[in-house]
Amino acid sequence: MFAFAYHRPRSLADAVGLLGAHEEAKPLAGGQTLIATLKQRLAAPGDLVDLAAVPELRAIALEDGRLVVGAMARHADVAASPLVRASLPALAALAGLIGDPAVRNRGTLGGSLANNDPSADYPAACLALAATIVTNRREIAAADFFTGLFETVLEPDEIVVRVMFPLGGEGAYAKFPNPASRYAMAGVFVWRGAGGSGEELVRVAVTGAGQGGVFRWAEAEAALAADFSAAALEPLGLPAEDMIEDIHGSGAYRAHLAGVMARRAVTRMAGAG
Amino acid sequence: MQDSSFRDSSLQEDSVSKAIALTVNGSPVSTTVDVRTLLVQLLRDQLALTGTHVGCDTSQCGACTVHVDGEAVKACAVLAVQADGGEVLTIEGLARGGALHPMQDAFREHHGLQCGFCTPGMILAGMDMVRRHGHELDERTVRTELEGNICRCTGYHNIVRAIIAGARAMAAGPAVAAAE
Repeated sequence: MFAFAYHRPRSLADAVGLLGAHEEAKPLAGGQTLIATLKQRLAAPGDLVDLAAVPELRAIALEDGRLVVGAMARHADVAASPLVRASLPALAALAGLIGDPAVRNRGTLGGSLANNDPSADYPAACLALAATIVTNRREIAAADFFTGLFETVLEPDEIVVRVMFPLGGEGAYAKFPNPASRYAMAGVFVWRGAGGSGEELVRVAVTGAGQGGVFRWAEAEAALAADFSAAALEPLGLPAEDMIEDIHGSGAYRAHLAGVMARRAVTRMAGAG
Repeated sequence: MQDSSFRDSSLQEDSVSKAIALTVNGSPVSTTVDVRTLLVQLLRDQLALTGTHVGCDTSQCGACTVHVDGEAVKACAVLAVQADGGEVLTIEGLARGGALHPMQDAFREHHGLQCGFCTPGMILAGMDMVRRHGHELDERTVRTELEGNICRCTGYHNIVRAIIAGARAMAAGPAVAAAE
């Protein structure tokens, strides 16, 4: 690792102040990506601002018909939360598929979103559920939050505080994990529910596959809006040239996997409904 | 390990140290670390607790699994300063005198190891399963839960048997006397 200074502020205001005061500062959430990145010397922050001692960032609550999850809620917290399991079971299930148990005991929702790894799971849930990401400065619709590989609209001294998930409708997440890293080779979150004026809406968000990171699959959404069945997805295909190609799989393989995961998610919902 | 093997004088001058105080296997530890020190480096290199192993150093293999505040973590993916004020439990902290911890004893009884490299992490991961799922674990749960702990010798069969038996034995409470 390159040298850095370490801070553990006890309030959100202090954390924001530290990030503002040090040009090359980075927030540290659960560290399950950042520490590995530091070890590989792929990042060289001058200061790490550990958010672990900031109170109020871990709470999980129902507020105004929305599920509100604190940015420092760990994957294990979300997976086991009775509130999440009752109100958004697909989100709890997704959290239980991230990494492995020891990683889930450290990794956090806010860390995952701020990092925006193209193979991370939470970004798909945020897009499909039309979540709102609340920072110390503003509220950001998930549709506007993710801007590319490891890129978000977050400013250097902006911290994700909590995420608000609207309730209603039903959803399912199907994931094909890389056998070693457990990152998604393809993960598809399907949601079906009522839109603002009561019309039926379907959202399909794909992670792990796209070269630009998480994305909505418009053709799949249109097909499912007309006929909510796995069969409706059969004729569709994602363009292989837009998919990630690496040692773990070709673009064509990932495009195929995304289709399979989408059909699995739909089948699970149809089976439950 | 990649970090400790790297020496660069210009960076050494920049290094930042921090005093930390934590509990390791029930004993208070106060020390000063370079803030870059990983928890596993603190345990192995400074405290000589070498039962916690470094396999992959990329948080995939689980050989470095320890408990921090009662929960399993990968000590190669946690900074020592993050454990400041916390309670750390390693494989060395499980036995009581001559009596193995029930999960350790189950690994011996069911021969849940061959070379033993992954075993400390397996045992601490098994104990974390009991914390979250209780004492009656089924095979499917244990196999799923072991996704972050890799063994290259055993094919897992005896590890799974050992964890199921160890979980039940932990319900019985007192540690089982080791066969010496």
